[in-house]
Amino acid sequence: MNSVRVLQAGLYTTVQDLGRFGYQKYGVIVSGPMDAYSLRIANLLVGNEEKEAVIEMALAGATLQFNESHVIAITGGDLTPKLDGKPVPMWRPILVKKGSVLQFRFAIKGCYAYVSFAGGIHVPKIMDSKSTYVRAGIGGYGGRTLQKGDTFACGDRSPIAEALVHQLERAPDHLSWSVNPSPLITFHNHSFIRIMKGNEFEQFDKGSKYAFFHENYTITTQSDRMGYRLTGHLLSLTEKFDMLSEAVTFGTIQVPPNGQPIILMADSQTTGGYPKIAQVISADLATLAQTRPNTSVRFQEVRLVEAEAILLEHKRILQQIAARIKWKALG
Amino acid sequence: MSCVLNKVKIWPFNESALIVQLGDDLNPIVHQKILQFVTLLEDTPFVGFIECVPAYLNVTVYYDPYTVYESQPFHITPVSPFEIVKTYINGLLHKLNDDRKIFIGQKVVIPVLYGSDYGPDLEYVANYHNLSIEDVIRIHTEKEYLVYMLGFAPGFPFIGGMSKQIATPRKNTPRLTIAPGSVGIAGAQTGVYPLATPGGWQIIGRTPIDLFLPDQVPPSLLKAGDTIQFVSISLEEYRQYRWGGKENE
Repeated sequence: MNSVRVLQAGLYTTVQDLGRFGYQKYGVIVSGPMDAYSLRIANLLVGNEEKEAVIEMALAGATLQFNESHVIAITGGDLTPKLDGKPVPMWRPILVKKGSVLQFRFAIKGCYAYVSFAGGIHVPKIMDSKSTYVRAGIGGYGGRTLQKGDTFACGDRSPIAEALVHQLERAPDHLSWSVNPSPLITFHNHSFIRIMKGNEFEQFDKGSKYAFFHENYTITTQSDRMGYRLTGHLLSLTEKFDMLSEAVTFGTIQVPPNGQPIILMADSQTTGGYPKIAQVISADLATLAQTRPNTSVRFQEVRLVEAEAILLEHKRILQQIAARIKWKALG
Repeated sequence: MSCVLNKVKIWPFNESALIVQLGDDLNPIVHQKILQFVTLLEDTPFVGFIECVPAYLNVTVYYDPYTVYESQPFHITPVSPFEIVKTYINGLLHKLNDDRKIFIGQKVVIPVLYGSDYGPDLEYVANYHNLSIEDVIRIHTEKEYLVYMLGFAPGFPFIGGMSKQIATPRKNTPRLTIAPGSVGIAGAQTGVYPLATPGGWQIIGRTPIDLFLPDQVPPSLLKAGDTIQFVSISLEEYRQYRWGGKENE
């Protein structure tokens, strides 16, 4: 069986699939990728199901060595990947030879990079998912981040992956085609992030409501998979009120008493008790996740029907990408 | 019942989830309706349903808008997945009538070793109220507690019903880590920590049994609607539970 060895761990490298669903009512978080579009595309590029487990790396990437030749793909933020010392292109299938070393460094664009492996990553499913939930010590690779010296195995290649192997073996260098992620993800800084008003939006004072849409909010370096802490114009309530805990999710913008908003990310708790000023639309979560610390975002309101239309459009784009890859592979 | 139904509100959380609010204040009738609604929804889910999360006053329903959209045979006019799910849920709510079977949770006994290193703040709580340590233990164990919801951490119950006689403010300086199984008091709330975590709760004891059970279905000892009875145990019994092969009662 194909296996991959971790030579350097990187800052925060985990195994993630699309997430752990169905257990939030027991307090078990969803986990999953920060940038689900990049995860889906990475899997499609190597002939996997969209939801298969991949490696996620944050800001400073890992170094991996391949014990057999293999088909992989790299998507997400640009962590300057090099294969045996030479720059390697992203967003397309790559053939790596036995003994090859894939090295990531610091992010020069975006924050989170993904590496998929034809056949997926062979780790046990816990509660129907391979995603790593570090705080509870479950899922992924032993319930923790990957460390130097870890070795993980890959599953069996699909027919699409086999066809890609043949193509790649005949290609002189890398394949000429690649996927363009720009209809789904923006890697610019100073992004507009589209939101819907949160449950407690109206309880914020006039100045706060105005500032939320008209001022920049900067993502601080105290940001991680649990939440992006923002700094900007302080947000305050017209009057204090008691809130009972209720569901929160990826994209919920909470405002704790210090007035500085926190956007809950992929490792969001299942419930929370702070006022919610807004909810980032699902279609913009990947762009938000890829926005780097110390850069700012601006919030823009959309209505529910617009948010729904954007999400359905993104789904169609993903289906087109899947169809094109299949066509390129199988001819 | 109709008085409860009249107060139901449904609004979008985002484009992949909606909130069904079943009451305005915390009371057993609203809690019962929430449990009945969750049972009914999980027994008869719509196409595209992912999961739901019950809370004190509402239930958040997560769904895949694309699957919901595709589940409709004809798209003569643009259809909002939210409107499709809302219509389905309104139909379910009408089935929630008075003669619907009362949801009865399980009664779960949680053994607790009170005081000493396992409950370092027990003495503080007793002194705060001019009670003896035995009084605090008696008051904490004599009532049954209702599990309203789970959240914050896997298997962590939000429970109601603690006696005001032992309500105690949080510590001024939170501890950096609280051992798993710790039983605490924070204001008028009491609770049990399933995982090691930082926290400002007054820790009065520790249970030897696990609340988060990642290898079991469901992965939690407690569910919304269960009742908890705390029982005081000795160090000997604690060790027996923890290491004597009797962890699952």
